[in-house]
Amino acid sequence: MKDDVTREERVDNLKGLGCSRKRVEDARFTQGKGNYVDDIKLDGMLFGDFVRSPYAHARIKSIDASAALEVPGVLAVLTADDLRPLGLHWMPTLAGDKQMVLADGKVLFQGQEVAFVVAEDRYAAADGIELVEVDYEELPVIVDPFASLKSDVILREDLVAEDGSIPAGAHGPRKHPNHIFTWEAGDKDPTAEVIANADVVVTESMYYHRTHPCPLETCGCVASMDKVNGKLTLWGTFQAPHAIRTVVSLISGIEEHNIRVISPDIGGGFGNKVGAYPGYVCSVVASIVTGKPVKWIEDRMDNLMTTAFARDYHMTGKISATKEGKITGLQCHVTADHGGFDACADPTKFPAGFMNICTGSYDIPTAYLEVDGVYTNKAPGGVSYRCSFRVTEAVYFIERMIEVLAIELDMDAAELRRINFIKKEQFPYTAALGWEYDSGDYHTAWDKALEAVDYEGLRAEQAQRVEDFKAGKTRSLMGIGLSFFTEIVGAGPVKNCDILGLGMFDSCEIRIHPTGSAIARLGTISQGQGHATTFAQILASEIGLSADSITIEEGDTDTAPYGLGTYGSRSTPVAGAATAMAGRKIRAKAQMIAAYLLEVHDDDVEFDVDRFVVKGAPERFKTMKEIAFAAYNQAIPGLEPGLEAVSYYDPPNMTYPFGAYICVMDIDVDTGVPEIRRFYALDDCGTRINPMIIEGQVHGGLTEALAVALGQEIAYDDMGNVKTGTLMDFFLPTAWEVPNYETDYTVTPSPHHPIGAKGVGESPHVGGVPCFSNAVQDAFRPFGNRHTNMPHDHWRIWQTANKLGLHG
Amino acid sequence: MSKKMHIKLNVNGKAEEFLAEPRELLIYTLRERLNITGPHIGCETSHCGACTVTINGKSVKACTMFVAQADGAEITTIEGIGGPDDLHPLQTAFKELHGLQCGYCTPGMITRATKLLEENPNPTEEDIRFGMAGNLCRCTGYQNIVKSIQAAAAEMNAAKEAAE
Ligand code: FES
Ligand code: FES
Repeated sequence: MKDDVTREERVDNLKGLGCSRKRVEDARFTQGKGNYVDDIKLDGMLFGDFVRSPYAHARIKSIDASAALEVPGVLAVLTADDLRPLGLHWMPTLAGDKQMVLADGKVLFQGQEVAFVVAEDRYAAADGIELVEVDYEELPVIVDPFASLKSDVILREDLVAEDGSIPAGAHGPRKHPNHIFTWEAGDKDPTAEVIANADVVVTESMYYHRTHPCPLETCGCVASMDKVNGKLTLWGTFQAPHAIRTVVSLISGIEEHNIRVISPDIGGGFGNKVGAYPGYVCSVVASIVTGKPVKWIEDRMDNLMTTAFARDYHMTGKISATKEGKITGLQCHVTADHGGFDACADPTKFPAGFMNICTGSYDIPTAYLEVDGVYTNKAPGGVSYRCSFRVTEAVYFIERMIEVLAIELDMDAAELRRINFIKKEQFPYTAALGWEYDSGDYHTAWDKALEAVDYEGLRAEQAQRVEDFKAGKTRSLMGIGLSFFTEIVGAGPVKNCDILGLGMFDSCEIRIHPTGSAIARLGTISQGQGHATTFAQILASEIGLSADSITIEEGDTDTAPYGLGTYGSRSTPVAGAATAMAGRKIRAKAQMIAAYLLEVHDDDVEFDVDRFVVKGAPERFKTMKEIAFAAYNQAIPGLEPGLEAVSYYDPPNMTYPFGAYICVMDIDVDTGVPEIRRFYALDDCGTRINPMIIEGQVHGGLTEALAVALGQEIAYDDMGNVKTGTLMDFFLPTAWEVPNYETDYTVTPSPHHPIGAKGVGESPHVGGVPCFSNAVQDAFRPFGNRHTNMPHDHWRIWQTANKLGLHG
Repeated sequence: MSKKMHIKLNVNGKAEEFLAEPRELLIYTLRERLNITGPHIGCETSHCGACTVTINGKSVKACTMFVAQADGAEITTIEGIGGPDDLHPLQTAFKELHGLQCGYCTPGMITRATKLLEENPNPTEEDIRFGMAGNLCRCTGYQNIVKSIQAAAAEMNAAKEAAE
């Protein structure tokens, strides 16, 4: 066959791995034709909404819905008593606890779901909510986890035995009625001994405040019970549709094959949409009760107050080193505020997520971590907000400890990092707290970053600024924020990672059509990451068909193979690997077909871009398009017709993306306003699938990091009232506050991933938060600042300056 | 529930007439009554801009207006800005320059940007960042949104020049 395109052109035509392919999703989104859950409209659809508790802790004496039921358009008001006969008034959480679906005798946090009003539309539902009378008896409120562990007030009576003893929880013994678990990693006594005998030891306490992922689209669902066929369809904002199907089946008793869960377009997730919420359960029940489809959509206040907070870790660290700055030991204790129910979204065996990555990028020989989970009168959640499980907390902790150690040693913080990095030749490296880092080249990345920003020049400029400030020539200080992070993503190996007993593998199923195009379905679901674009690229390179000819479909449990969904940067490491592996199965069969068509032995053909060629005779070949057609129109001896493959991929290890970030900030001492002058971000996510999308992820992740470090917070008053329940008080940066970021990269492929990719969506958030925070703190280092807590909003920065006596 | 009002609107060139409670927010009129689901809801408190539409030539957050206040108005939503056969340069630029990720803010962003460029056909980066500050995006960090708007401005100016 004649071939008039060059090999280079053939590679380009594939739009495979490594090119900045434009996104296929964007046509519909830019024309307002996305299909998000609130866009779904079904015949006779009803709307459900919650009566929520105004109190953070109260007993419910009675609920009277009679006036609400008089409102035109209100059809039903569900309470815990209605759910009890079905066993649905409580539901299991992902963390091995259980959670009230509707308040069962008491409420444990402000905004808790008390009753579910079902009406013809959202206005009628709102009118009904106004008229549901709930008689509350207020109880003492606990918002501080330290106070909680000393209090006589028992938050969860259901977890205390009648004789007053405290039964063990899902993660072992509990030492107080308000205590959830103690989780340990590493070596306690040896670490204590190293620290006791060290040249230099620093202790620092820090609070990583409570915040919220706050995607622009809130959570919601539409439940539709088709009683004729016995089938339940549930559309919703689910980051893990298959897991939701299994959970719904387990708690409702509806057989799993009769449940179809669909995640339509999702308007951002960032961890908010991993869990199962009372709204989903109530919508399903309401649809079964009324026989009509029921929609539930959170408003923003519901979202911020009730579904999925993140962080809320009180961390105390001790780090020891030699006089020269070589770190010898690390100790970390965390008091984790989990709110009223333990609904953290972590793999089952990890109640504090991967907090045990807190030795960071450093070769620390001895370490010990202990985490205590505690109940308080705050909303449940504890999700991974744009990070793998608790990795932001871990990285923030170690990157702050490094900074305070540098202060103690009177050393440059960049140099201190450099002399403690795990060296390239140490990989695979087993850290003191147990993880095996697959690969890394930290020194190269660090040197590249420091050089790119002229680090020495910046330090000289900063020193001059301090002089000028002291001389009264300026009121502005300069901070240089450094951060070097190692992420741990791609959960994960089934041997140690599961959610509710479901192993955290992922999957891909491919069908090649006769004319040489294809559809691939995955167990993941995009929430803006561009899977339809990038997974097609992976596949294009594996099977030699253009990415433009490959449809990627996710999110429909009736058609997609089982998978654990998209969060914790697991799509590329796990489903991306499954895609490549399924592609390789296609290729293996294609090779046999090609050999048959070319009348040579299987081993005598080899794959080249978009075809199989006869070895040594490149003019003899069959393109993948020809092979696809042959699969359907030729009877090939020994081969079944068709060209399909499926792969379930259980990763042998996590992947460990890393990066080096540097932020230059000017701070107005008198107003507390920080101005980000420069932000340089070097990411190493292994093999780069689509550089355009990687950069977009970095911009977005850094902006979410900026938000968290510089102002975003879910704050409570002493009565358990949420003080930041609207976008007026909850900081989301606008275009005006956000800088332009400089992105850069190195490439250290993962040795165990089929294409060497590691995942990138969350790295910028994980590495960004400490970088912004360190910049603020570094500005005040010359004046005696060691550590101040985030969020560094203008007021807090001003207070720091004031405390250091910089206001004259 | 209050008495219904007789409302007339012109949305994307189409006359609409119906009875509605005056308290109905315009965003629900558009999305639920008229099935125009391009404008989205991110807050209902005027902070996020996902619901941005153009009313009588001005950018308006449709969650902030009662339908009664919009009686007689001319409204343009993303659906009226450009479709498969006549994409607006902004729609093309957002796609070309990766100005969106989840797409939830995008209809509001683009609708707002059409007005911004009408008011100021040659905006600086600062003008854009300031003029778009009423529209929140949680995904992109704005960098590529700014670039997309700059590119669309250049494209539109070039087209205008060519036509003159
Ligand atoms: S929904 Fe209108 S501004 Fe947010
Ligand atoms: S693209 Fe997701 S909010 Fe802007």
